[in-house]
Amino acid sequence: MSLLEIRNLKVEFDTAKGPFKALDGVDYTVDPGEVLAIVGESGSGKSVAMLAMMGLLPNTATITADTMTFEGLDLQNLTAKDRRKVIGKDISMIFQEPIASLNPCFTVGFQLGETLKTHTDLKGRQIKDKVVDLMTSVGIPDPAGRLNAFPHQMSGGQCQRVMIAMAIACSPKLLIADEPTTALDVTIQKQILDLLVKLQQDSGMGLIMITHDMGVVAETADRVIVQYKGRKMEEADVLSLFESPQNPYTKALLSALPENATGDRLPTVSDFAEAGGF
Amino acid sequence: MSEDVILKVRDVYRTYDIKGGLFKKASTLTAVKGVSLDVERGTTLAVVGESGCGKSTLARMLTMIDAQTSGTIEIDGLPIDISKTGISKEMRQTVQIVFQNPYGSLNPRQKIGHVLEEPLLLNTDMPPAERQDLALQMLQKVGLQPEHYGRYPHMFSGGQRQRIAIARAIMMKPKLLVLDEPVSALDLSVQAQILNLLADLQDEMGLTYVFISHDLSVVRYIADKVMVMYFGEVVEYGTRDDVFNNPQHEYTKTLFAATPRADVDSIRKRLAAKAA
Amino acid sequence: MTETSPATKADTAKLEEESRSAAKARLAEFWYYFSQNKGAVVGLVVFVLLVLMAVFASLIAPHNPDVQYRDSFLVPPVWQEGGKTEFLLGTDAVGRDILSRLIYGAQFSLFIGVVVVTIALVGGITIGLVAGYMRGAVDTFIMRVMDIILAFPSLLLALVLVAILGPGLINAMIAIAIVLQPHFVRLTRAAVLAERSRDYVVAARVAGAGHFRLMFKTILPNCLAPLIVQATLSFSNAILDAAALGFLGMGAQPPTPEWGTMLAEAREFILRAWWVVTFPGLAILITVLAINLVGDGLRDALDPKLKRS
Repeated sequence: MSLLEIRNLKVEFDTAKGPFKALDGVDYTVDPGEVLAIVGESGSGKSVAMLAMMGLLPNTATITADTMTFEGLDLQNLTAKDRRKVIGKDISMIFQEPIASLNPCFTVGFQLGETLKTHTDLKGRQIKDKVVDLMTSVGIPDPAGRLNAFPHQMSGGQCQRVMIAMAIACSPKLLIADEPTTALDVTIQKQILDLLVKLQQDSGMGLIMITHDMGVVAETADRVIVQYKGRKMEEADVLSLFESPQNPYTKALLSALPENATGDRLPTVSDFAEAGGF
Repeated sequence: MSEDVILKVRDVYRTYDIKGGLFKKASTLTAVKGVSLDVERGTTLAVVGESGCGKSTLARMLTMIDAQTSGTIEIDGLPIDISKTGISKEMRQTVQIVFQNPYGSLNPRQKIGHVLEEPLLLNTDMPPAERQDLALQMLQKVGLQPEHYGRYPHMFSGGQRQRIAIARAIMMKPKLLVLDEPVSALDLSVQAQILNLLADLQDEMGLTYVFISHDLSVVRYIADKVMVMYFGEVVEYGTRDDVFNNPQHEYTKTLFAATPRADVDSIRKRLAAKAA
Repeated sequence: MTETSPATKADTAKLEEESRSAAKARLAEFWYYFSQNKGAVVGLVVFVLLVLMAVFASLIAPHNPDVQYRDSFLVPPVWQEGGKTEFLLGTDAVGRDILSRLIYGAQFSLFIGVVVVTIALVGGITIGLVAGYMRGAVDTFIMRVMDIILAFPSLLLALVLVAILGPGLINAMIAIAIVLQPHFVRLTRAAVLAERSRDYVVAARVAGAGHFRLMFKTILPNCLAPLIVQATLSFSNAILDAAALGFLGMGAQPPTPEWGTMLAEAREFILRAWWVVTFPGLAILITVLAINLVGDGLRDALDPKLKRS
């Protein structure tokens, strides 16, 4: 059985200019232990799908889906209370801006402890030990000393490590990473990606990487979904996607990478749009 | 050879004073430590480095937003030291800048036409009709339509805004254009369009670029010369091929190793390693 | 590059049309967000009615507000026993029609609001812009002075100022404007601080814009949204404070039909004739409420943080 299964997901937003279709009938499945990359440009609806699944969209959004199940549990008809039991424990998420994702008023040790308190039965001393364990596992140097650090005293990369620690605190079955390295430097990006992949392989959880960066996809994914303007363009395993892309949009994206440039000019998506008709 | 050098920077330093608090001593931070470089007319120098390496501070000094603490900057034979001499209209016309974030670099309350005309209005005595003509021509030159003239920035996509920002920068026909991460906030397909536009403009107007970026694949595509900065210092400086094929400094090597590879061979290798 | 293409010249009319439609789209978007807030629309309707009432007071009012009908002292409203149909809301202690006085009073209230907000806004924006733009010692000095003004209870300070300047409506308005000004200074300064380091300001500087142009042409228009909201809220505050000063005998002097002054005159009849105090009070309440609702709606429509779709 797949871990997450979503069929025919549609999301619509009410705006000043009338309804806006952010997602138009997209399917997602994730198996346990799989890394799925959802790749697309801004406006492709790549983040919207996961936010909709977690019930994090504002109430101007209308969400419909034929199926939306997590381990067989129907997510659509959950009460807010039941939803909270699943989200944060079995499904967790990390975001693009690590420093903004942490509460600046509390120490990182305290914030990690809060997560554990909410979702586990651990008490006092145990929590502290577990927090130190978690911080060690995400590679924060001197974890016991960093317990009392505030988010602003740490670098972006360190904060993202704390976010990851918080996300894996309850050993989730599915981790969603929404552009986890976009705000970080290249060398830090490498470390964070390696960490995510290592954690994923060690624990066997499902991992969804939402990104716009083909390089990140190539370095992490097993399977890839390419989205454009709220629709799925192509779904393939990572090797065949890069080796022989089927969809004209995917071809366009790959050839727009500067490292794949052959001639004087970079081909752009619009060059392909005329030929491909998407 | 030396005649062709349009930008000449010698041993430039920039320090910031950090104010002391009640319990903290005042200190100084050196953001740029002794940078020297030459850029030849019509070529592109790429400055590479991570956040906090001083590359944006360098850009701010080159574009006369901040003054250097010491050292000399010379653009087309014109010495630039705004803390001593101030900025003349002549100096303004030599260098312009394009910022990273196209959403922040355009005044939300200013129509596009006025954005483009502002440099002309401030630096020349051109009559309004002529300014409008120039602005309209510039819109077409950067791939926009004349009817965009009266619209506000929020009606444009990120890529279009960056085109407007580029158009504004070249309104005065500067000799040197400093591009501070001009494509890193843009989508991949838009990035390609902007890079093409920049290449076209360079050919057409003989522009010289200082291209600041953290993205090595873009740098490799656009640069003639590459300079790598690390904590305010230049650790690597040479032609593109030299730097990419034969990096000397440890940091440059780390940077190359960390860049994600999107080619099929690397993916194969990774999958094989994972399966094992 | 320098030759002018004929195609672009011919399009000037089209350009202007495009420019107008851009402005129209902006307005339409503003109205969409404003009208989402039902309370604000109600407030706006009430406020417009109020303005109409003030403008056409001489046509609407059944009586002259200053005429004393000697045969009708303290006549109750028409629906009460002893009420007369010619005095819909009754008369006061000297036989003046309350409804007419309220209608004329609207003129004063709106006048007070407009003048006070204009003075406070112009002064506050200028001082706030200078403080936020210059930073350093100038900023510190200005903000400390504002802190001192804010440290006084506002009505007390207004009273002191009126005591110095002498009682009267104009002096009361000046006093209230001075009391309200620091809020505008603070708000402007905060907005300027946020905007001045943005890239578009730096870009204008690189293009050669001078200090004045940067302050008033580049930065100020982008700081207006919170100021407009604050201005509406201050409008109602000004009306309230003016009424309070009037009630204390330091504002508009009798027989001016200003609402606060009307309340003050009616003080001794509170127990005998409820209508002489209730109707001016209600008038103040409704006006202030309506304006505050409009201010709320303006915030919804102008604050970009609330509409990220």
